[in-house]
Amino acid sequence: MAEKTTQARVEEVQSASGAPVTVLRYTGDITSASKAAVLGTYQGLPAGTKRILLDFSGVDYLNSSGIALVIQLMIAASKGGQIVQTFGLKPHFIKVFTMVGLTRYTTLHPDEKTACAAFTA
Amino acid sequence: MDDDARKSIELQLPTRLGFEKVAMNTAESVARMMGFADERIEDLKTAIAEACINAMEHGNKLDETLSVGVVLSMDADKLEVKVHDKGSGPQAHTAAPDIDKKMHEEEGARGMGMFLIESLVDEVEWVSSPRSGSYARMVIRLHPNEEAEAIVLEQKDAETRE
Repeated sequence: MAEKTTQARVEEVQSASGAPVTVLRYTGDITSASKAAVLGTYQGLPAGTKRILLDFSGVDYLNSSGIALVIQLMIAASKGGQIVQTFGLKPHFIKVFTMVGLTRYTTLHPDEKTACAAFTA
Repeated sequence: MDDDARKSIELQLPTRLGFEKVAMNTAESVARMMGFADERIEDLKTAIAEACINAMEHGNKLDETLSVGVVLSMDADKLEVKVHDKGSGPQAHTAAPDIDKKMHEEEGARGMGMFLIESLVDEVEWVSSPRSGSYARMVIRLHPNEEAEAIVLEQKDAETRE
């Protein structure tokens, strides 16, 4: 059984204050096979990217290896002084992200509008 | 389901990442038939997925000539799942992940599977058997709170009698 390949699409939107926000929209499964989609896509963002929004609304299956990739993305973003907001997680994965403590480093928003509004700077 | 009619379903999965979803989907169907709530079914699916991934990666060391066995046993009030591999079992109990250490790269980003399993099911044990293979045994109960309350009441009853 093949895993559903992870797809990552990059879009730019604006925060409530008009600042640019880079959205990484994921679809498919996020597992150990998703390194290129999760980290590769992040690493390909232009220098100077400050606000990153992770959109998981197209993700049905996310396992601990996939969460580890998200953590690696968060580590890199933290080192680069970037702010990461998150939305679109299914309720079960909100629970899992909270259990492993990721909510200490990113806020999990119910929708894109709320997430964009959270970029205050 | 009749109390005496304990029923089992057995699966043999190839040791190939992705096949854990077969176990997840089977467990979902069984749990749904038993009347588990959606939230508990999601907990179970994640726990089974992580147990299968552990069995494939650490137990069978991704050797595709080996398989991972999954046995789902239904009781009237609980579902037991055993995930078997050919390894010698976990070497040590895994501590809860420390997100601060992970973010500061003081511990690896991975290593959350056993923690998730322990957090999401009502009962779990890791049985190591180097000769015949090892297994993870997980149980989820239909009414975990009622059982916990019954235990507390029994304890209070015993204290009163003393």
